[in-house]
This record gives sequence, structure tokens and C-alpha cells, in this order.
Amino acid sequence: MFNAVSKSPWVVHFNCNSCNGCDIEFLACLTPHYDVERFGILHIGNPKHADVLVVTGSVNNRNARVLQNVYNQIPDPKVVVAMGVCTSSGGVFAGCYNILGNVDLVIPVDVFVPGCPPRPEAMIDGIVKAVGILERKRKGEIFPTAPKPLCKFKPSEEQSAEKTAIKEEKTV
Amino acid sequence: MAKNTIIPFGPQHPVLPEPIQLRLVLDEERVVSAIPVVGYVHRGLEKLAEQKDFLQDTYLIERICGICSFIHSLTYSMGIESMMGLTPPPRAQYLRVIWSELHRMHSHLLATGLLADSFGFENLFMQLWRTREHIMDAMEATTGARVLLGTCCIGGVRKDVSEELLKSVLQTLVTVEKELDEHMPVLLNDYSVKQRLCGVGILDKQVAYERGAVGPTARASGIAMDLRTQGYAAYGELDVEPMVETDGDCYARTKVRVRELYQSLNIIRQAIGKIPSGSINVPFKTKPDGEVISRAEQPRGEVLYYLKGNGTDMLERLRVRTPTFANIPPVLAMLAGCELADVGVIVISIDPCISCTER
Ligand code: SF4
Repeated sequence: MFNAVSKSPWVVHFNCNSCNGCDIEFLACLTPHYDVERFGILHIGNPKHADVLVVTGSVNNRNARVLQNVYNQIPDPKVVVAMGVCTSSGGVFAGCYNILGNVDLVIPVDVFVPGCPPRPEAMIDGIVKAVGILERKRKGEIFPTAPKPLCKFKPSEEQSAEKTAIKEEKTV
Repeated sequence: MAKNTIIPFGPQHPVLPEPIQLRLVLDEERVVSAIPVVGYVHRGLEKLAEQKDFLQDTYLIERICGICSFIHSLTYSMGIESMMGLTPPPRAQYLRVIWSELHRMHSHLLATGLLADSFGFENLFMQLWRTREHIMDAMEATTGARVLLGTCCIGGVRKDVSEELLKSVLQTLVTVEKELDEHMPVLLNDYSVKQRLCGVGILDKQVAYERGAVGPTARASGIAMDLRTQGYAAYGELDVEPMVETDGDCYARTKVRVRELYQSLNIIRQAIGKIPSGSINVPFKTKPDGEVISRAEQPRGEVLYYLKGNGTDMLERLRVRTPTFANIPPVLAMLAGCELADVGVIVISIDPCISCTER
């Protein structure tokens, strides 16, 4: 059964803070002109079924928690592909007041694809590389999860307050 | 009285390409009301634009949204130009129209494709996106980039397009039109598609007006509002009509987009037929000073820029009101009273662009 993982990896896509440029290019990869499905790659919406997480855009205080949740829901072995310069440094948005910075502050990343936005060919290359890493992880050649993120994101007080607010709303 | 439940829709959801959360208050399967929760893609771009100089801003502004990027930088440039009293040469104006319309076509194809995906018609989604690739190729051939073109600059455009390339664009349009003729009857006449779209998410003309709907959402409810008829760039010399439908449901919104696709084909053909020769930008030495409001029609509706300069390199204030921001109150009106299963289709039918809205 595990053999199927590297022959047909399933991809879940999460848009963090991107300008859409990377997202539509990633979606274009899935469609007939570029067609990553010929590598057995399938795009799905549920992180619990996925092996590869594709992230676009940098993280901010609000979506870091969501990103971590999505990441934690993916079963091991898993790989993370980060598309675009935004994911590696914040890109053009570096310096904005609401940008925490690169994605690997929050989750470990295996492959970075540079470009603003990267060309679909580069994205496909990134995913194929990630599938190679996934295969090695499955065989136990490399550690199942990539190196630890640089720092763990902790929800700020504001967000924990918001969480309790949601809970209260539900109980009403 | 039945107890209401709250179901979160998003931020990560299969039909949503972008993160927005809607908290749906449900009574059994029926939506009572929807509460939007935003901020997942907020970056603070307006503030950053005040820290970069006004020439760099042109390229920063493109990154408000990757889908209608060119029209964003166009609106910004038009604002700065009117502040500095510049008039771009006619060839630049025509090139701006051509790129705007190419953007509109790719955006509408993308939106209808995602709509097809949201009700599970994956084949149609793939076919529409295949057609879209021809337009992406045309943009790449004329500018060198697929998504963020970077060709609009203050005073005109950065790149000229040769006659052969314009001819090849016309050639592309022939292919696109042929493929549209094949796919659109499927989208508009198919029984099961109609079942999902007709009568779903109805927006009254009065409600649309009161809540300030713009773009295809407003036009599908019978409001004839299209900024292109005001004649910015070279639209004044071309034949542009607002495409109006009166039903106000998801089907009408889709139909408006389909008709606009054909309209854009027509506009590009007119523009390529009439394009004058000459220079493509005007030099300038002044700095922006004063206040200005600049508007343009994006694929999703009207975008409004408020710019304030103070005679230095940096702008004092830049404010953007994007079409999706205006369309969120109407979509909340559509959602009230609909079935839970229709929420995805209704949200996608206004073609939301969250990264525009939150910047
Ligand atoms: S890398 Fe460029 S295209 Fe991609 S999300 Fe960032 S700004 Fe947009």
C-alpha cells in the first residue's frame, strides 16, 4: 500500500498570504496544458488524505495557526513544497507590518521553488523533487520529518481570546 | 424553536482557492445568516506603498492580486498621471486596453472554471483552463510574463508590441473563440448545470443597488454599470456595451461572464484594428502632488484608488477599494436562506478575490 504513496502522491494546497499569482500558476499546473496528473499527482481538498503540502505566500499572525493545523493533519510521511519567493523571505511584502516572514518559521519545508511567480515548469520540477524526498522518507533513508522549524509559532493573546470567543459563540 | 448551529466554512476549503472564513448560522440545512471572518491574507500593502517611491509602487501594486494585476497597475498609473498632468500617447492607451482585455478573459475563464469545479464538473473546469492557457501564451508572447506582467508604467507602457505579434494575438483569438463555441453551450445549456445554478443565490436589483454590488454581480441583477463605457484609456474610441441580465441568480452571473468573454474578444479585435503607431510613453520630471481618485473596471467590477501625494517621491496615502470588498455585503444577502450545499457555488459565483480585498 505504501508503494502507492510515491507513485501517486496527493497534494493539498494552502494559500497563506499570497497575491494569487502563485496560486493560479499552481492551479494551471494541474490543468491539461501542464498536467501534473501524468505523474500521478492529484489535487485534493482534505489534508488528511494528502502526502504533499503546497504552500504559497508568507505567514502572518492569523494564518500561521491555520497553516500549522493543516500541516499537523497530514499523516506521516509528508513533504512540504513552498512556492514563490514570498514563502522563503516575504518577497515584495517583506517589511509589511502584518508579515511574520518565511514559511519555515512555522512548519518545516523540504523544497523551495523560487520565482515571483515561478513558472509552471519550475513548480512541476519542485513537486517531482518533493516526491523523491517523500520516497526516501518512506524508506527511512532520511528522517521522516524535515528539520525542525526555526521557531515555533505561538498564538498571541489576541488570538487565544478570539478562540474563546468562538467557543462562547458555539455554546450560545 | 430549533437550535441554531454554527458551521465554519473555510479558511481551508476545497472550493475556495483563497482563505476566507464564513461562519454559517444554520437552521437544519438552511443558512440563516453568514458572518465573514477576514484577515487571513492581510499583508499591510497600503502602508508598504507609502514607504516605497511612487515608481516602485507600480510593481508593488500589481501584487495586490495576481489575477487582475495589470488593471491594478493601470488604475494606479492613471491616478498618478492625472495628478502630474501627463497624457500617455495613443499607442500606449491601446496597448493598455489590449492587455486589460486579455486579463479580463483569463480571469473570466478562471472564474467559470472554478465555478464548474465547485459543483463537481471537473471535466469542464479542465477544458476551460485549457482554453485559458492560449491567453496566457498570448500574454507571455507580448510581455514576457504570464501573470504579473509588469508592463504598465507611469506615462504609458514599458514595452512595445510589434505588428507580427499583434497578428499572432489575433490568431490566438481565433483559436480561443473556436474553443469557447465548443464549451459554452455545455456550461449554459446542460441540464444538471442549470439545476445547480438557476434560481440559486438570487440577488434582487433593489438589494444589489442598496448593498453596492459592482461588476458582473451587479450587471446580472439588471444594473447596467460598466466603467469601460466612461472611456478611460482608449475605451472611448471603442464600442463597449454593458452586458446586462435580469435574473440575478448564479446562472445570470455566469451568463454575464460568458457574454463578456465574447465582448472582450471583440474589443481586442477592434483595438488591434485601430491601434495607431507612435511612441509608447512620455517622459516626466515632476513628482505627484495633490489628491486624486482613479477608477477602472476590473473583471470583478469597479476598483477605486485614492492617492494623495505631497510633492516628494513617497505617496502620503494610498487607499484601494476593490470589487470583492464591495461584493461581500451582496453575497451575504444571497446566502441568507439558501441550502448549505449551495454555499460553495454561491460564493464562487461572485468570483471572490480575497487577496485583493484584504491586501
Ligand atoms: S511570490 Fe510573487 S506571485 Fe507568488 S505570492 Fe508572492 S508576490 Fe505573489
